[in-house]
Amino acid sequence: MKKLFFVIIFFYSFTIAFAANEDLKNKIYKNIRCIVCQGQSIHDSNSDFAIDLKNLISKKIDSGESEKQIYDFLISRYGQWIVFNPGININSFALWLLPLIIFGAGGFLVFRLNNKKK
Amino acid sequence: MKNKYRITILGVTIIIIFILFLSVLNSNKVYQPSQMLGKKIPEFVLDNLFNKNLKLNSKNLSEKEFAVLNIWASWCIPCRIEHPFLMDLKNKYQIEIIGINYKDDDNNAKEFLKKYSNPFSSIGIDKNGEAAIQLGAFGVPETYVLKNGKIIFKHIGPINADVVIKIIELRGK
Repeated sequence: MKKLFFVIIFFYSFTIAFAANEDLKNKIYKNIRCIVCQGQSIHDSNSDFAIDLKNLISKKIDSGESEKQIYDFLISRYGQWIVFNPGININSFALWLLPLIIFGAGGFLVFRLNNKKK
Repeated sequence: MKNKYRITILGVTIIIIFILFLSVLNSNKVYQPSQMLGKKIPEFVLDNLFNKNLKLNSKNLSEKEFAVLNIWASWCIPCRIEHPFLMDLKNKYQIEIIGINYKDDDNNAKEFLKKYSNPFSSIGIDKNGEAAIQLGAFGVPETYVLKNGKIIFKHIGPINADVVIKIIELRGK
């Protein structure tokens, strides 16, 4: 009975670990741009390049590399453009900040116009 | 006076936005990753096409003073177009060219070289495209110029007479 219990626990944890790995792989595939078929992620693409990248990413995850390590590697080879969500950096800083500035400036303008009317 | 000032600012802003859009429209839409330029050649070890006991180790490439690294395949039509230029680099200008045979059948690759002759001093087999990814490549043909172990120039697509001149200039520098 004890043996059966351990076997069940073993297979259960193995399945959970495998599912977690698959989820992480899919998450990364969806965030990596296929350079050959621009506009598509490698998750949606069946181009040679996308397949090669998927195989490499899968290998890296299986060997224990983290999500960050994989992104860092791909960015070091293909630039920020390879990721759909590049995060905040020097190049995309204005892009992230501009809506906030416009929102703030708009609010200030409305506030001033309101005050003037009063 | 205040209105005139506002109209001027609006006009200038519109012109700046127009120039920005125009420059983006005229820019090259094909993304050409250049991350590896100026960096050391990444590590990879590949089997040699003609002798599986020999390896093409990128560490050995980094010891070379000047060399050209070309990613090619027998199934790639642009590779046939650029082949005479690679032969020129080797025969006319005595430049060492190392080949990376990308996702190819060994026999087809050998047949290709037999038919068009072999410009490469050594050829590594990249069956799964991993070495190409290490180099930041995404297809064939791609050509890299190595100087003292660093990638100093990269060309995506088949090389032509202009690229040959550029490579020769780079050797002279």
